[in-house]
Amino acid sequence: MNRLRSLAIGLPIPVILLGLWWVLSSNSSSPYWPPLSVIAQTFGETWFSERFETDLLPSLGRFAAGFAIAVLAGVGMGLACGLMPTVRRTVDPFIDFMRSLPQPALIPILIILLGIDTTMKIFIIALSSLWPILLNTIDGIRAVEPEKAAFAKIYGLSSGQWLTKVVLPAASPQIFVGARLALAIALIMMVVSEMVASSDGLGYFILISQQTFAIPEMWSGIAMLGIIGYLVNVLFVAMENRFLAWHRGWRAASLGAPAPMPAPRRRVAIPVRRRTSTEPPSFVQPSTPTNGAN
Amino acid sequence: MGGLTVRAMLLRMINGASLQVREPATSVAPVNAIRRVPTWALQWSAAAGTLAIVEVLSRSGVLTEHIPPPTAVIGALADAVSNLAVWSRIADTMMSWAGGLLIAITVGVPTGMLIGSSQRVYGSLRLVIEFLRPIPPIAVLPLAVLLYGSGIQMKIYLVAFSAFWIVLFQTLYGVRDVDPVARDTVRAYGLKRSDQFRRVVLPSAAFYIATGLRLAAAVGLIVTIATELIVGSSGIGYAINQERFAGNAAAMYALVVIAGLIGVAVGAGLRVLERRVLHWHSAHRKGENS
Amino acid sequence: MLEVQHLSKTYGSGEAAVRVVDDLTFTVKEGEFVCIVGPSGCGKTTLLKMISGLMPATSGEASFDGELIAGVPETLALVFQEYTRSLLPWLTVSENIALPIKKKHKREDCERLTREALHAVGLDSFSDHYPWQLSGGMQQRVAIARALAYHPKVLLMDEPFASVDAQTRSDLEDLMLGLRAQFGITVVLVTHDIDESVYLADRVVVLGPSPTRVVEIVDINLPQPRDQITTKELHEFANLRGHVMRLIKQRVDSRNGAATLS
Repeated sequence: MNRLRSLAIGLPIPVILLGLWWVLSSNSSSPYWPPLSVIAQTFGETWFSERFETDLLPSLGRFAAGFAIAVLAGVGMGLACGLMPTVRRTVDPFIDFMRSLPQPALIPILIILLGIDTTMKIFIIALSSLWPILLNTIDGIRAVEPEKAAFAKIYGLSSGQWLTKVVLPAASPQIFVGARLALAIALIMMVVSEMVASSDGLGYFILISQQTFAIPEMWSGIAMLGIIGYLVNVLFVAMENRFLAWHRGWRAASLGAPAPMPAPRRRVAIPVRRRTSTEPPSFVQPSTPTNGAN
Repeated sequence: MGGLTVRAMLLRMINGASLQVREPATSVAPVNAIRRVPTWALQWSAAAGTLAIVEVLSRSGVLTEHIPPPTAVIGALADAVSNLAVWSRIADTMMSWAGGLLIAITVGVPTGMLIGSSQRVYGSLRLVIEFLRPIPPIAVLPLAVLLYGSGIQMKIYLVAFSAFWIVLFQTLYGVRDVDPVARDTVRAYGLKRSDQFRRVVLPSAAFYIATGLRLAAAVGLIVTIATELIVGSSGIGYAINQERFAGNAAAMYALVVIAGLIGVAVGAGLRVLERRVLHWHSAHRKGENS
Repeated sequence: MLEVQHLSKTYGSGEAAVRVVDDLTFTVKEGEFVCIVGPSGCGKTTLLKMISGLMPATSGEASFDGELIAGVPETLALVFQEYTRSLLPWLTVSENIALPIKKKHKREDCERLTREALHAVGLDSFSDHYPWQLSGGMQQRVAIARALAYHPKVLLMDEPFASVDAQTRSDLEDLMLGLRAQFGITVVLVTHDIDESVYLADRVVVLGPSPTRVVEIVDINLPQPRDQITTKELHEFANLRGHVMRLIKQRVDSRNGAATLS
């Protein structure tokens, strides 16, 4: 019901915008702004052909591999730094330098070390998106309350239980904040790495289309990238909702609304009262220092 | 050994967390000793140690020739810093970055405020925004090249485009996230609309905008350098690539270090600025934090 | 079973040293319900941390079943004041209770212990809820159930009812008395509430202001089972309550007087 209403409010403008674009560009003779109808047609021809396999799938594969490595390495290193203050103190300036370094600058180095193949691209995607996850994991671990630590000790939890049942879940909301930032960076670096040096991939396709003045192809590539970005984000939000369902409920409860009459647990989603105001920004939550370690 | 130390470490952490008081200096376990080593000493010795190892490995030929000895990189760094051409490349990069960021802020902040302050406008634009937000801005690089060539103008526009969305979204969220109690309070006291805006909306959105600025600055720098690498427009990114083609590994590494230092400086500068402007905000009042 | 001998704690060293706990000696016998009561800021929590082995004492010793407490004794459980923080919000009620006993028991036993503990605190039908879906009093019941399922020899409680409203509080007090009668567990409960200590305990250990010493150990010979109304109406109850209150008030007053004089 509510969803329907917001859709009814939200739908007209995009439809109007697309319609305007369609009408205004229909007689366009500018080589850079081909009619939307032409772009749409080219889009179909391009992505329902072998291009899907030769350019789209490699990009997605590299993106997924790079991001997965970044998550694993970021959380792993974050655990090491978060649990061992001495390590964190020692590597702090190094982390700060690496996260501040504009990541594309590393590509030339990686090219001479690893060549221009898939390995290099996965490596640069992982290396670039690692830092927000790492920093947020450290922050998340540092925020584990002393009561939880005391509980773990008194009740004799094993190290494994302490890690998997207490530390990681406690840090997970913060880890997701970092992963969300990392996702955006990974997507950018996927495109950049393919534009700098490649023979396939979405970024390569867009660039080569421009250089060969295949402008409708270029547009259809850009559109595809937009769709990919959108879908990846939807997927991420779905994962977040699943893993952090408890966190939403817990936060809503601790924000002090009267105790809700308990709704029994469900596996996937818990019905939770939303805050009266809008949800916090989905791009980044400013209350939690995201890309900033001291 | 490994398992034991991990367990000991975990227990120590549990201990440390639950006590929150320093124990008297009677226990002399080696780990406790290392805890008292000052941070700077740890950092310098770790850095020096790592560099020394790389130096030895590189000089003895264990590593590939593509990893030059750190001393050679430091030498190249000294050369670069005393070279006016390098400085002009840095200036090119920084100008495109700053110019683009400035445009993004002057357009993005007011737009975000406008959209965010009206429920109707926000509701009708929400879908468009949700769709545009996750698109990687670098995607439009080829279009920018078509429209504006490969010079500094193109770079500025591209950075502006990339940063604009981030600034816009953060402003939007900041305006939308104003504490409803605070909003109702000023309304109840009958403040003028302009005063409501100045006293409540702006301050509470400021923190979001600051976060957006930090993000936009970082992404802007990424886009600038990436553009220089891809299109070959003048700047530090292009200079790095030139050294690669020339086969000067040490000089290339030195330029990458410079790029990193630029990033560090930009981040630090923004943090200082934020602390000045937003000193009243709880995140800074706590003293600790980012 | 729990013996505390000349226990003391000093934070810091040299000039900056602060003596929080001066000299404590008392014992807790098996099956006994002992309340430790004292003015706020008297180092009750420090004492509890030393008994539970979370923090080493500066001098003196605490022993448990004749063994010196160095680490955390395995047969000891603690119920914290801050239930919202000591329960894990990402686990359901039954998962919270089962977590500490998982590696000690087989799965069926684990499930049975969890069920029994939940039944004991009257939360049978809430096992699949998350803690934050429950009221404060119910959450503290979960924490108590978690301690029960652990089957400790001694149950330590650190101001367990300080964060709930008055009605819930008396309900929880009666719950504790019932559990104690049913299972015969040994309980050491730290509180600043004098009524509560007298109502619950077999003996009350009265502490003075910091640096803490034992002022007196008061035997409470009120009849069992106790009741919020009839027990508190007893003349003896009023006497005992007044006695404990005087002990604490005198100490605090004399310290404050000394402070203003010096």
